[in-house]
Amino acid sequence: MPLYPKSVKLEDTMCLGIPMKVVKVNLAKNVAKVDIGGTQQWIRLDIVNEVPKIGDYVIVHAGFALYRLDEKEAQETLSLFEEMLRDETPLH
Amino acid sequence: MKLRYIDEFRDPEVARRLLSEIKKISYKPVRLMEVCGTHTMNIGRYALRGLLPSHVQLISGPGCPVCVTATKEIDMMIKMAEEDVIIATFGDLMPVPGSHTNLNQQRANGADIRVVYSSFDALGFALKNPQKPVVFLGVGFETTAPTIAATIIEAKRRRVRKFFVFSAHKLIPPAMEGLISSPDLNIDGFICPGHVSVIIGLKPYKILVKRHKVPCVVTGFELLDILQGILMLIKQIEKGKARAEIQYRRAVKEEGNLRAKEVMEEVFFPCDANWRGLGLISKSGLCFKDDYKEFDVNSHFDIKVDKAIDPPGCRCGDVLKGKIIPPQCPLFAKACRPTHPIGPCMVSSEGSCAAYYKYRDWEIG
Repeated sequence: MPLYPKSVKLEDTMCLGIPMKVVKVNLAKNVAKVDIGGTQQWIRLDIVNEVPKIGDYVIVHAGFALYRLDEKEAQETLSLFEEMLRDETPLH
Repeated sequence: MKLRYIDEFRDPEVARRLLSEIKKISYKPVRLMEVCGTHTMNIGRYALRGLLPSHVQLISGPGCPVCVTATKEIDMMIKMAEEDVIIATFGDLMPVPGSHTNLNQQRANGADIRVVYSSFDALGFALKNPQKPVVFLGVGFETTAPTIAATIIEAKRRRVRKFFVFSAHKLIPPAMEGLISSPDLNIDGFICPGHVSVIIGLKPYKILVKRHKVPCVVTGFELLDILQGILMLIKQIEKGKARAEIQYRRAVKEEGNLRAKEVMEEVFFPCDANWRGLGLISKSGLCFKDDYKEFDVNSHFDIKVDKAIDPPGCRCGDVLKGKIIPPQCPLFAKACRPTHPIGPCMVSSEGSCAAYYKYRDWEIG
């Protein structure tokens, strides 16, 4: 039995972690299929903080999901940025 | 609209606002150090050194895993390739120079060296070739170590006999502690690594802040992440505060990734390790626990190498400490270029010298 199905492999530099969208989850094999810009690959779920659902984004590193991204926290950061844009004092 | 987690964090208008805010509040000259190769690359890519006020200096530390791997360890890996084994490694390690040669050269000489994307691929080789030992070269920080630990646990579960790992892993907080303690560096704040911190959380930095009163901000990798991280550091410094904070909140929690930490601690324990440039640092590496010793390459092979010789004239070690910036090395952009690299900081795609060369940072000043 293969460890995970063969698919496109992404170029990797050591500590790079890329947010990728989960499109399929196979809990029996402890893997998920992720997509970034149309490129898809299988990744392992051994160390991810919580099992992602389809549509979630995970940070992927060296073939493993490291973390399921927290959408609420992301939105909070972004709304802080939006607030900055509404600030009309001239730029320094 | 559904988040994509990339474009939203690159908005140039917000970047202008953040830069303007930094200029507004920043008076003190500061030296901020990042300790992650992806930060090194993105600071260059976005030309941030040229955009920030000139008294805000960004320096690169030991953030590139293959760069900090000691020459002796590289020599041992190269030597290992002479045995009748399959070597599996991340691609970054292939061109890194040992004392006399590198893994690329060993492969050209006929050694069976295979580049993998994941340590799990290496385990796949071991399952397919039960007769031949497979040695995976384990290099990386806390981001990578749990992936390799998970692979070792799976190897044990599947009772794989001839799968071995060369553990040259390094831990970041002990290295930061070493750097902040050295008197000639004057680091005013740390841009802490995002993906290492996904795993380890905030606690190690809290200890660092308590001991050394140095501001630490765990920062993400997109343009706005880095600018916001720098802004948070400067705010602390201008107020005379030192705290451990998280900018990269969508991925980093105070406690880190508990499951990944458990996996890492199941297989490894912290032990002393030698770093290029930084020397021996207490409890900054990872060694095998007794239950997993059977997967330690050193328990099966006695790898003997001569005293390591570093490339003459190469100041990669001083670059890794932030003691000099790459253009201050006499070889930089002269004898040492990406097409003909002399030291590992120029070899690796995320080495400081490679980043400075690629993005011409030294010309902007």
